[in-house]
Amino acid sequence: MRYIISILLENEAGALSRVAGLFSARGFNIESLTVVATNDSTLSRMTIVTIADDGIIEKIVKQLNKLIDVIKVTDLTATEYIERELLLVKVNVNQQTQIDIDKQIDAFSCKLIDVSEDIYTIELAGKSKKINDFLANLDASKILDVSRTGVTGICMKNRNLTKGV
Amino acid sequence: MKLNGAQILVNSLKSEGVKYIFGYPGGAVLHIYDALNACDEIEHILVRHEQGAAHAADGYTRASGKCGVTLVTSGPGITNAITGIATAYMDSIPMIIISGQVPSALIGNDAFQEVDAVGITRSCVKHNFLIKNINQIVNTIKKAFHIATTGRPGPVLIDIPKDITIATVEPKPYPNSVKMRSYQVPSRADSAKINAAADLISLAKCPIVYSGGGCIIGNADQELRAFTRQLGFPITQTLMGLGAYPATDKQSLGMLGMHGTYEANMAMHDADCVIAAGVRFDDRVTANVDKFCPNAKIIHIDIDPSSISKNVAVDIAIVGDVKLVLSDLIVKMKTKFIQDISLWWSQIDQWRSVNSLAYKTKLGVIKPQTVIETLYEVTKGNAIVTSDVGQHQMWAAQYYQFDEPRRWINSGGLGTMGFGLPAAMGAKLAKPELNVACVTGEGSIQMMTQELSTMLQYATPVKIVNLNNGYLGMVRQWQEFFYEKRYSMSYMDALPNFVKLAESYGHIGIKVEKEQDLKPALIEAFKQKDRTVFLDILIDPTENVFPMIPAGAGHHEMLLAGRDEMASMNDDGLNLV
Repeated sequence: MRYIISILLENEAGALSRVAGLFSARGFNIESLTVVATNDSTLSRMTIVTIADDGIIEKIVKQLNKLIDVIKVTDLTATEYIERELLLVKVNVNQQTQIDIDKQIDAFSCKLIDVSEDIYTIELAGKSKKINDFLANLDASKILDVSRTGVTGICMKNRNLTKGV
Repeated sequence: MKLNGAQILVNSLKSEGVKYIFGYPGGAVLHIYDALNACDEIEHILVRHEQGAAHAADGYTRASGKCGVTLVTSGPGITNAITGIATAYMDSIPMIIISGQVPSALIGNDAFQEVDAVGITRSCVKHNFLIKNINQIVNTIKKAFHIATTGRPGPVLIDIPKDITIATVEPKPYPNSVKMRSYQVPSRADSAKINAAADLISLAKCPIVYSGGGCIIGNADQELRAFTRQLGFPITQTLMGLGAYPATDKQSLGMLGMHGTYEANMAMHDADCVIAAGVRFDDRVTANVDKFCPNAKIIHIDIDPSSISKNVAVDIAIVGDVKLVLSDLIVKMKTKFIQDISLWWSQIDQWRSVNSLAYKTKLGVIKPQTVIETLYEVTKGNAIVTSDVGQHQMWAAQYYQFDEPRRWINSGGLGTMGFGLPAAMGAKLAKPELNVACVTGEGSIQMMTQELSTMLQYATPVKIVNLNNGYLGMVRQWQEFFYEKRYSMSYMDALPNFVKLAESYGHIGIKVEKEQDLKPALIEAFKQKDRTVFLDILIDPTENVFPMIPAGAGHHEMLLAGRDEMASMNDDGLNLV
C-alpha cells in the first residue's frame, strides 16, 4: 500500500541524511521525499511517500520517532488529508499536436507558463495520480523534460503537526 | 578569564563527573590533550589502538553503570574506534566518543587525516554532533550525556574541529539540565497496560519470565527478583541479561536460545504466558520465529517502542522503564489471584533432569567446560568475567553461574572478537576491588593483544583464561556440522608462545596442558593480586558447544550432547548466520 508520512524535525545539518540513511539501512523504500523549513526556521517538515505493508509502516514510524532530531511523525494516509504535487513539464508542440495538447491542458486545468518557439512549459498541481494521468495522456515522444516536486501533504480540519511545537 | 575550547570541553567532562578517558592522541586533538594534561581530576588511559579505547570505555560502563568516555583523533583515530562504537550500540551501552576533526575551514577538502566522522558513525550511534561554534560546546556535551544515558542508552559521538578547541571565549557555566523538544524519555507505563498485563499473568498456567540486558542496563535486577519470586514463576535470561536474576536460584532455568538450556527452551516453547522484560527477541534467542512460543500470550516490557513487535508480534506492549514497570506490576499482582503452577513446575523438572549441560570428560584432556567450572569455583562466583566471541563465550555463559548483575560482560549483539581484553581493563578500573577474568580463545585474543601493554602501564590486573584449541572453534563447529567437516580457514597455525608474549609485556604467563594442573594454576593466578596473568590452557580441540538449536529450527528442536553428536540444517537455516 502507498503511505504518506509527514515528519516534523529539527532544521539541522544532517537531519535529512539521518532520515534517508534510516530508510536505506533498514531496507525501507522511498517513492518521493520533500523537505523544507516551515514558517519557524528551526523546524523542517518532510513528506515521504513509501510503498509498504502494514507491518513495515509501523516499523518505519517507530524508527523515525527514535531519531533524536525527529519531533513528530504522522501517517497522513491514516487521517483525513490533502496531498499535492507540482509538475513542470516541457513538450514539443507543432501544428498537428497543438490542438490535442491544448485539450489536455484544459482538461487537467494546467497552467501554460511559458511558450517559446515550438516548446510549451506546463505547470500542474494536484494529486500524484492526476499528474500520472496527465503525463500518460501526453505523447511520450513529445515530452522533452519532466520535473516533479514529490508529494507534500497536510491533515485536514483541526489536526496539526507544527502548531504548539 | 577566557578559556579555549579544549579547556571548556575538559571542564565540561569534569562537571559530568568523568573519572577516566580512554583514548589516543593525534594532531586534531592536541589542544584537548594539552588541556587534559593540566587536569588532575580525570585520568587518561593511553590505549594502544583506538578500538581498544572504545571497548575499554564500554567495559568500564558495563561494570560500573557510569558512562564511559573515549577520545580519539580525526581520520584513522575515529575509523579505528568504529568497531568499538558499533559494539556498544548493538548492546545499548551508553558511551561518549569525542573525536577530533580537521579545522572547520578544511572540512570537505580531503585534508590530512580527514574523515566524515558524523557520516561514518551515523548508523552505529544513538546520535552524533559536529560542533560548529565554541559556544555550543557545553550544551552539546550536556545533551550528549543526556541522550547517551537515558531511554534506551547508546553511544553518542561529538566531533570537534581543531580550530574550535583553540578559539577562546569567556566560559558559560555548565548547565544542570537540558531540554530537548525532539527527545522525550518514556518512564512510567500506562496503568491500563499494567492492568491488562496483570490480568493475563493471573490467568497463566504455564508462565515464564524471559528477561534480558535491559534489566541490567536499567538497574532493574532487584525488581526483577522481587517480581519473579513473588509469583514463583520460572525465569530464563538472555546472554545479555545473565546475573540480573541469580543463576543459582531454583526458579532460574538458565540461559535460553541457540545455546541455552533444554529446560529454558522447552519451557519457552510450551509456555502459555511469556513476560518479556528488557529483551529484544533477538534471532539468537527466538530461533525460528515461526515456531516461537506457539501457545503463548506475550507481554513485552521495553523502553524502546521500536523494539516492540519488531521481530515477534506481542499481545501486550508496555513501553516504559523496566524498573518502574516491574515495580508497578509487583504492586498490582499483590491484589491478584494467580494460578497453581505446580504441574508446570513438574514438567520443567522433567526437562531439567535431562541435564543438558552435562558433558563427557576424557582422561588426560582438559574440557573447556571444566575450565569455566573451575574458574567459578576458584573465584567463588564473585568475579567479573569478560569474554570475547565464539565457543569460549558460550561456555562461559553456560558454566559460570552469575548471581549478580554487571559481572558478565560480553559483546552479545555485534559479536566482536577482541572485545574481551580491553573490556576487562575497563571493568577492572571500574571495580578494582573485584577479581576480573577475561575468558578468551587464541583467535579472539590475538585481535587485541597490544592492550597487554596498556594493562601494565595502568596496573589493571586481569586474569586471562585462554581456551586454546588451535581452532576458530565456533567456525570449526559449524563447518563440522553443516559443511561436511571442510575446515576452511578455521585452523590457526603458527600460534605465538602466549607465555612468552605475556612475559614480554611484563605479565605472568602460565601454560596449562594437564587437567591436574588446571586448578592449581587458576589458584596461583588469582593469588597474584597485582599482576596480570595469562593462562594459556590447551583444551580438547574437538569439543563443541551443546545444547544447540540449529539455525532455522524451533526451541523444541534442540540438539543435545551425547544424543545428537551431529547436526544438520535445512536450506533455510543455511541462509542464516
